[in-house]
Amino acid sequence: MTPTVLPCGDQALSFQLGERIDATTNARVIALAKAVEDAAIAGILELVPTYRALMVRYDPEIIRGAAVEAALHALHAALDDASAPGRLWRVPVLYGGEVGQDLDELARLKGMAPAEVIALHASAEYRVYMIGFAPGFAYLGGLPEVLHTPRLATPRQLVAAGAIGIGGAQASVNSVPGPSGWRYIGWTPLRLFDLRRDQPFLFTAGDRVRFAPVDAGTAADLARRVQAGESVVEPEVAP
Amino acid sequence: MTLRVLAAGPMLSVQDPGRPGLRRFGVSAAGPMDPPAMQLANALCHNPDTAAVLEFAGLGGRFHVTRPALVAVTGGDCDLRIDDRPIAAGESHRLMPGETLFIGALRDAVWGYLGIAGGIACPPVLGARSTHLRSGLGGLGGRRLIEGDVLPLGPAADALSRLRAATPRISSGAGPVRIVLGPQHQRFAPEVLARLLNESFTVSAQRDRMAMVLDGPRLPAIEGHDIVSDGTVPGAIQVPGSGQPIVLMAEAQTTGGYPKIATVIGADLARLAQMPTGSALRFAAVTRDQAEEIWIAHRRFLRGLREGLQTVPDGAPDTAHLLSCDLVGLFAADEILAPVLRADSAAIPT
Repeated sequence: MTPTVLPCGDQALSFQLGERIDATTNARVIALAKAVEDAAIAGILELVPTYRALMVRYDPEIIRGAAVEAALHALHAALDDASAPGRLWRVPVLYGGEVGQDLDELARLKGMAPAEVIALHASAEYRVYMIGFAPGFAYLGGLPEVLHTPRLATPRQLVAAGAIGIGGAQASVNSVPGPSGWRYIGWTPLRLFDLRRDQPFLFTAGDRVRFAPVDAGTAADLARRVQAGESVVEPEVAP
Repeated sequence: MTLRVLAAGPMLSVQDPGRPGLRRFGVSAAGPMDPPAMQLANALCHNPDTAAVLEFAGLGGRFHVTRPALVAVTGGDCDLRIDDRPIAAGESHRLMPGETLFIGALRDAVWGYLGIAGGIACPPVLGARSTHLRSGLGGLGGRRLIEGDVLPLGPAADALSRLRAATPRISSGAGPVRIVLGPQHQRFAPEVLARLLNESFTVSAQRDRMAMVLDGPRLPAIEGHDIVSDGTVPGAIQVPGSGQPIVLMAEAQTTGGYPKIATVIGADLARLAQMPTGSALRFAAVTRDQAEEIWIAHRRFLRGLREGLQTVPDGAPDTAHLLSCDLVGLFAADEILAPVLRADSAAIPT
């Protein structure tokens, strides 16, 4: 489809590539972000790839919106259709427990055993569509349809960092503690946002995620190593 | 050298120009609600524009320093004293160890700034000292300041001259708040867009560093109020299911799933931020091109801010001191003092 340009005031615009949430559109958004970054256009300050649109912040003293639009159209037209698969993260998860307090209730709602919910949740490959809402918070697509579940009527005031959530058709890993109306079925000792690291943000838009069940002892051990500043997981990069 | 908070207003935080460039990782830029006022506070203290200041809402607090320091309060006129001596906002003053700087209520403004020579020197987080309260980043522990907090100060030269601005309040004016329609104005019927542009809105008490909720006509969207989440910027006017517009401000979240009917232009956002609760306002649409021209002119004006400052000779009576001595009539014709006189003449404590 032809991209639509949506003005966001005098210093940003949204370059929209589709109407719906789908991996192909999202991959093009991310590829376009990369192309704009590589083009190093003076006056383009910041790029925010989201589900289906690329937000571009610019400095009108250096480049006007009309010129930003023209550059984006040209770069978009020149995009290669084949996009490289993103990095794959294997995220250890302690299912259930204190943080994953909704596991049993969710299983009951679905007429499944908790172990079946875990197996299904851990069987899928998820895509990081975008990072937003809070530092390092990843919106994940790819949740098996059976597990789609409406949010809670009343949000909880405090959900831990590392909580593994389900909100409607989306999955998530909490990056910071905070209020949430999502349902939580587990917890990962990984820190999606950690200021002590050189790269504080673990995931980036376009990454792939798989969840791997671990027992409480392993989770506690990983948590200790993470707390000590150790890197306990490296992404696999597609050849 | 440190600045000690003896008493804190309800929303006192460390701010610098903010941490842009990390929206793609979910990090709001934060920064001041009234950037020109922060810039003026720094200019009056001979600081670079990037120095960190204290931002307060309504009431400032009481402060001590451990070394002589040049300080200035901007944003609006304000009940301001060093010990018992009234001093004026919009000019720098020498604060000595043992003296108490008292920052009372702002008048007809919401956000005030305390600049201090050398700047607040708490360690930068992700490249900035700005506090993002919602995610607990930056400033002092990512939180608002409270009584007893001690803030490190950066080095400052001795014997800096005192400076005075024509007015402590830059972001003012009575005209409509200008907007650029979009990004999702097409999700609103023409009569709803007409409502946005022709009717009056009121600043509600639901406001903080993240957003301002406006009372007034409701703005229902055509196909519901959920969109596929996309990027947001400060100034975006998002409309949730209630139909009540919410203007995103300095601590705006980076992405959002409500349709955004319009965006307040960069040059007018601080003026909106400074409108007291209950203020009536109207919106006026400009094209993106016009808004960019306005922004370019605004930036040029701000770059000239420092040249417009007057040096205040030491020993010269302070503006507020003169006012308190009832010499108002003597200066009433003076253009430089006029804005201060207008707002202050009745209210200075003696």
